[in-house]
Amino acid sequence: MSTHAVPLDTIVLLPDQATATIPKKNYITAEHGLLSWLLTGDHKRIAMLYLISITFFFFIGGAFAGMIRLELLTPQPDLVSSDTYNKFFTMHGIIMIFLFLVPSVPATLGNFLMPIMLGAKDLAFPKINLLSWYLYLVGGALTLAALILGGVDTGWTFTTPLSTHYLNTHVITAGMAIFVAGFSSIFTGLNFIVTIHRMRAPGMTWFRMPLFCWSHYAASILMVLGTPVLAITLVLVVLERTVGIGVFDPTKGGDPLLFQHLFWFYSHPAVYIMILPGMGVISEVISTFSRKRVFGYTAVAFSSVAIALFGFFVWAHHMFIMGVSNYSALVFSLLTMLVAVPSAIKIFNWAFTLHKGSITFETPMLYAFGFMGLFTIGGLTGVFLGSLGMDIHLTETYFIVAHFHFVMVGGMLMAFLAGVHFWWPKMTGRMYPESLSKLAAVTTFIGFNLTFLPQFILGYLGMPRRYHAYPQEFQVLNVLSTAGATVLGIGYMLPLLYLGWSLKYGAIAGDNPWQATGLEWQIQSPPLTENFTEIPIVDYEAYDYEWLEKKQKEQVTTVG
Amino acid sequence: MHISPVLWQFLIKWLHASALFPAEASTIAPYMDALYFFLLLLTVIGLILVGSLIFGFSLRYRRSRNPVATQVEGSTLMEATWTIIPLALFLVCFVWGALLYFRIYNPPANSMNIYIVGKQWMWKAEHPGGQHEINSLHVPIGRPIQLTMISQDVFHSFSIPDFRVKREVIPGRYTTVWFNATDPGTYHLFCTQYCGTQHSGMIGEVTAMTPEDYEKWTQQSTSGMSLAQNGERLFASMGCNACHNGTATARGPNLAGVYGSKLTLTNGSQVLVNEAYLRDAILNPSQHVTAGYAPIMPTYQGQISEDGLIDLVEYIKTLQTNYRVQQTQVTSQSNQAAPVTPEMVKP
Repeated sequence: MSTHAVPLDTIVLLPDQATATIPKKNYITAEHGLLSWLLTGDHKRIAMLYLISITFFFFIGGAFAGMIRLELLTPQPDLVSSDTYNKFFTMHGIIMIFLFLVPSVPATLGNFLMPIMLGAKDLAFPKINLLSWYLYLVGGALTLAALILGGVDTGWTFTTPLSTHYLNTHVITAGMAIFVAGFSSIFTGLNFIVTIHRMRAPGMTWFRMPLFCWSHYAASILMVLGTPVLAITLVLVVLERTVGIGVFDPTKGGDPLLFQHLFWFYSHPAVYIMILPGMGVISEVISTFSRKRVFGYTAVAFSSVAIALFGFFVWAHHMFIMGVSNYSALVFSLLTMLVAVPSAIKIFNWAFTLHKGSITFETPMLYAFGFMGLFTIGGLTGVFLGSLGMDIHLTETYFIVAHFHFVMVGGMLMAFLAGVHFWWPKMTGRMYPESLSKLAAVTTFIGFNLTFLPQFILGYLGMPRRYHAYPQEFQVLNVLSTAGATVLGIGYMLPLLYLGWSLKYGAIAGDNPWQATGLEWQIQSPPLTENFTEIPIVDYEAYDYEWLEKKQKEQVTTVG
Repeated sequence: MHISPVLWQFLIKWLHASALFPAEASTIAPYMDALYFFLLLLTVIGLILVGSLIFGFSLRYRRSRNPVATQVEGSTLMEATWTIIPLALFLVCFVWGALLYFRIYNPPANSMNIYIVGKQWMWKAEHPGGQHEINSLHVPIGRPIQLTMISQDVFHSFSIPDFRVKREVIPGRYTTVWFNATDPGTYHLFCTQYCGTQHSGMIGEVTAMTPEDYEKWTQQSTSGMSLAQNGERLFASMGCNACHNGTATARGPNLAGVYGSKLTLTNGSQVLVNEAYLRDAILNPSQHVTAGYAPIMPTYQGQISEDGLIDLVEYIKTLQTNYRVQQTQVTSQSNQAAPVTPEMVKP
């Protein structure tokens, strides 16, 4: 194997396709039959189970988004009834947040890669890992039950007293769904924390861990500490609905605002649960495709921890206009500004990782660039909303909708797709088709901007979110947004098709098609069930491309 | 490319009828827009910076031009730069935003108060002169208007985008916002907090008028009774005057002049009597017992609507003497007792 054959605009190094084979013994072929999957303790198999389930829910949630955009094509409420429309955006929110975004990167890529990156044979608690997938399924099934029985129309925020006293839909079923799915997320977080603390291979010090592990560590802390608060809050909503305990009911001495404090105490950190693992993916991808160690490794690692820490103390910025004390609003606004800084650090560190690199532009890198651009917009528009006075005009409008879609979809979904493409050869042993996937990445980027940029303008005009009908003069921008959503939909369908195709027809990837440095790239693709035949001893820093080059040269000499 | 003239006309008309920037129709709007453009500038600069770093480095250091990467560990100086500069800019946004926030949420003392009651799915406005309107709000331009708002059921949010003001309308609690309209005209009024089925139908029109027109409007739309007068009637019919009458033997505290004063409660705490306190004291009297009085007042939770509470509060606010309270009490007692009162016999 030599690098001379590699053309200069790519780093892809595939084995000779005429002779290459997928290793006969790997985690996919280790055992056969449905039961061997359903009862597996292998983190890689569980990751694949998660990947299939979250993809299923992503497309259900996406279908609801499509229906919302279709209804908003015209100002009149003419496609569906108001109640149906309200159910559309509620189900879209619940499914996308709790069943797709929260588990997206951690439960799939994180599950697959964390033990391998750390040099371990599995996560600390394989059975709890499997249990977490089953809890996810129970949560998903309850959500589908709520959907099939007639849906929920509380909005994903379950605001009291609307959710407790005024709606006659399946609030309890949906609440229980999120309650159960929450535990799946707690277990995943717990598994990651223990694995990172206890199961790193010899020589794998904290500061030799890939940044992917750091960001998952930060997200895991949020999952373990934040999710129980949401669970209890939902139990209180159910108790309020069923027996009327009166915690949130002002006529019984309760406080309706208390619900929002409790809800956002989880749901703001949840934003970081969603975005942090995505940031981990971006660190890996940017480094690999510029052949360079991430600029300021320590700063990027600690900025993840800083985001996790500050993330817990900004929840009331969702309530600036809700009659909270002006002085507490002041404190929360200040803390919100502080939490924006670590994100800015990350963006600049990634940008400077490119400096003096040797950059190639494979699909994961395109998605990563998309992430950086869209997350910059998403982050900076967050500063608009963190700025107290500005928030008065912008909150509860389409500006908010555009802002969090830039962070969650433009940021997180781009990162997820970057990661799926990046590790696809490792997970399946085969390459995805490069030019088609580049087309998908560009389509997604264009469609996304066309969908959500007009919504910023709509928001400043004052168009409220969750509106079934809207004034005539907002139509042009809404039509643009719906047109964009169509393009975006195509951009998301493409990977589903060609990744499925590549499972059988993709080029055989070999161990390390990207010539990346992580431990996961030093083993066969797809990996063995036990990951490593012997536990590796780590004697090099993360992202050490010189070490990799030396190692490859040695292999050439020994083999040749 | 050839575009058919009909289609062209259609496009022009369509774009002309669409909005891209909201009207500036209140005194606060230009201040809001100034901050908005500052933030927008910040975003555009940030985006151009990140974009040119990515594109610049991608061109300069692409593999075909720079086949071998140079490993760099990082640079504390550079990292400090892009920590401190964004932090400083974000702090400017924080201070600027905070100043605006305090301005919007602290009404001037001389503002005219209008009550707003939100319920599924309509807005009810109550002017001091007793004018009621549904899903519309008439206000004079050129003077500060304070809105004191409450919800009768779920959370709503009162938003007038062209004035750049918005505030949550909460069940069981008064919230306030104020504005000073500058241009006569009609403006959108939206409920921006999701409140159930007809959320997007909970809209209305704010009509800003010259003071003269507003004067005319108030005269044409009055029901003949001001809020305080409604309150006086309610005060008597609910029997409040049986105890709150200011006589020496009264079982309830004297309410004349109580608004704006400081009360000492039985638990020793001091409270400022404002609208919110008066409302709470009617609904949860046992938690607001004035020092020296027995906790005998029953709760009126569920017996008075939010409109009625507003009337009562407005009445108590205007109450300066107990003369009329005692009058109504005498009248109601005398009605029950005997058609002829002793006083009337005397002469």
